[in-house]
Amino acid sequence: MVPLSYYLVLSGILFVCGVLGFLIKRNIITIFMSIELMLNGVNLSFVAFAAQWHALSGQVFVFFVMVVAAAEAAVGLAIVIAVYRTRETLNVDQVNLLKL
Amino acid sequence: MTLTSYLWVVPLLPLTGAALNGFFGRQLPRKAITAIALIFCGAAFVMALALAAGFSSASAPYSCDFKHWLRSGDFQVDFSFYLDQLSLVMLLVVTGVGFLIHIYSVGYMAEDDGYYRFMAYLNLFMFFMLTLVLAKNYLVMFIGWEGVGLASYLLIGFWFIKDSAAAAGKKAFIVNRIGDFGFLIALFLMIKHFGSLDFTHVFAAVRTLPTESAGAGLLTSIGLLLMVGAAGKSAQIPLYVWLPDAMEGPTPVSALIHAATMVTAGVYMVSRSSAIFERAPMAMMVVAIVGTLTALFAATIGIAQTDIKKVLAYSTVSQLGYMFMACGVGAFSAGIFHLMTHAFFKGLLFLAAGSVIHGIGGEQDMRKMGGLRAYMPVTFLTMSVATFTIAGFPPLAAYFSKDEILWKAYSSPNGSWVFWLIGVITAFITSFYMFRLWFLTFFGDYRGAEATQDAKHQSAAHATHDATDQHGHGHGPHESPWVMLGPLVMLAILSIVGGWVGIGGRFEHFLAPVFQSGAAELAHESAGEAAGQGTETLLMLISVTAAVLGFLLAWTLYLRRPQLPARIAAGLGALYDAVSHKYYIDELYAVLFVKPLIDGSTTILWHGVDQGVIDAAVNDSATAARHVSDNARHMQSGNLRSYAGWVAAGAAVVIAYMVWMGVPR
Repeated sequence: MVPLSYYLVLSGILFVCGVLGFLIKRNIITIFMSIELMLNGVNLSFVAFAAQWHALSGQVFVFFVMVVAAAEAAVGLAIVIAVYRTRETLNVDQVNLLKL
Repeated sequence: MTLTSYLWVVPLLPLTGAALNGFFGRQLPRKAITAIALIFCGAAFVMALALAAGFSSASAPYSCDFKHWLRSGDFQVDFSFYLDQLSLVMLLVVTGVGFLIHIYSVGYMAEDDGYYRFMAYLNLFMFFMLTLVLAKNYLVMFIGWEGVGLASYLLIGFWFIKDSAAAAGKKAFIVNRIGDFGFLIALFLMIKHFGSLDFTHVFAAVRTLPTESAGAGLLTSIGLLLMVGAAGKSAQIPLYVWLPDAMEGPTPVSALIHAATMVTAGVYMVSRSSAIFERAPMAMMVVAIVGTLTALFAATIGIAQTDIKKVLAYSTVSQLGYMFMACGVGAFSAGIFHLMTHAFFKGLLFLAAGSVIHGIGGEQDMRKMGGLRAYMPVTFLTMSVATFTIAGFPPLAAYFSKDEILWKAYSSPNGSWVFWLIGVITAFITSFYMFRLWFLTFFGDYRGAEATQDAKHQSAAHATHDATDQHGHGHGPHESPWVMLGPLVMLAILSIVGGWVGIGGRFEHFLAPVFQSGAAELAHESAGEAAGQGTETLLMLISVTAAVLGFLLAWTLYLRRPQLPARIAAGLGALYDAVSHKYYIDELYAVLFVKPLIDGSTTILWHGVDQGVIDAAVNDSATAARHVSDNARHMQSGNLRSYAGWVAAGAAVVIAYMVWMGVPR
């Protein structure tokens, strides 16, 4: 059986990748994907702990996270499209005002 | 008689007047202000007369508990008032003389812009003074005590535009604080040891204690502390310095507060506390010595003063010294007797001096007066009565009261021939400087004429001298209006007949119940009456001779040979200098107390503590906060991703901390 620490290290790597991508990338869609990456990193550690301790609540939590992520993707992508239609750009540095 | 249960109304009447004039006076016409001030003050006087009419020594003392005030465990103080023989005398003097001076002020202050303010202050003073004399316990008395100090401060500094007046007001207030400190400590001692401040309780408790004949004990400390308070209020050595300066106030104020009533509060307080003093012979001795020295000391200063009001001020200090001498030898009723006659003749002297000042356009320097007899006959006549009275000519008022004091100083068991001798010397000096004032002011030729001629370059100096009195009387001296002369005449009559109540010891018998041992002393005296009769007559003759000698000396120096005083002054040289500069006491106090205090406050308290510690702490913490936030504000760049970076960095720090230090279980 793969030791727990392996999963956790992988989860940490995924999360840090997500954080770095979030901080470095400028394209709004890439940032969006980085957030997904962070969520999945967290999900991985949840299920790893759940398998380790034979506790279902960890797995249930992952479903909640997935549902929220899906909802967020739906809303977020809609916003991205709306932004692109008005601004003709997806660079976050140029979209730093809430008003149009 | 139910009137005594409305005792609290007496002080409240002038307070109402003060409130009305103080709050609404600015809008009211002068006639209304006058009416309010006079009606409320007069009502208090009428009520005092009614109380006196219904007074019977058999049922005295009356007391009246108005309202509860402080309740703390066993200790309680109420707003309660008290009327016995002593407070009745004070009540009549204060309301009577006060009312006359109110009337006088109507004329004297007629053209002052602050008329309503002045009248409100006068009424306020009456309120506090009546509270003082009618109080049934020391704390209510203390309210009045502080209140008259406040009124005095307000009225000395009435023309506050003048720096000297404002400074004199402050001086009076601060010097009085020193005395009040002693008074307060005495009150605390009473609370601690007797658990009460009520006169009847305290004195009953005191009478159970033995006389502290050897050494000092509780009663001696209380007595001495009370004397400190009295010395402040009644201008005795070493706290007398404020009274001469207080002459910056309008003249009616000098008459009412700084001659007739407020300054005698100390004498009243000491007499009221006679039960304490009688059991503390050492405190009595101190009172007598302080009084005697003050009497002599102030009288000598009075010789060389040229300002008419300053002479009267030092004379007041000196006369107050007499009263304390009387209290100190145990002759409290003689002290109160002199207090009463003094209120009449000294009030009259001041009012007449005010009339003179008013009549010659604000001049107070006696060297610029002279010959005023012809211009203002009524003032001259009344002033003459007052002058002969204070000098002690029979059968005028002060002859009886001063003689009583001198006789007691000689014959009382606590007295001594030293007190008597100094008293007689003082009487001689008093007579001399009062007649000097009288001759300089009313006789000879009017010397103000030259003053008017070179008024062109002196007018600036004059204009600042007495602001109110400058109302364009460019023409020569003139008599004052009858609204001012009326009170003069009334007081002159009182100065003549006021002493007659003391003939045959009637006044003393009347007051005897207040001064517990008085009864015993009276019995003792009537036994020794026959033996003392010859001595008393002899002493009386000596003091009258002293008065006549003073008159003759003044007459020689200032009327017969007016060039002589200057030569004598030159001959005396340094001594004359010292006297005319009031023995440099003010300068001495300035070097000893005022300057160290100011320097210490400036360098240590102001520059050191206030600027160095308190201000510095506030300013430096503000500067530090600014520097920190100056740097910290760069975190808030407005860039979304930099915020995210800070969040990530923060999270990293938290995680690093947890990894490093371990997670608490």
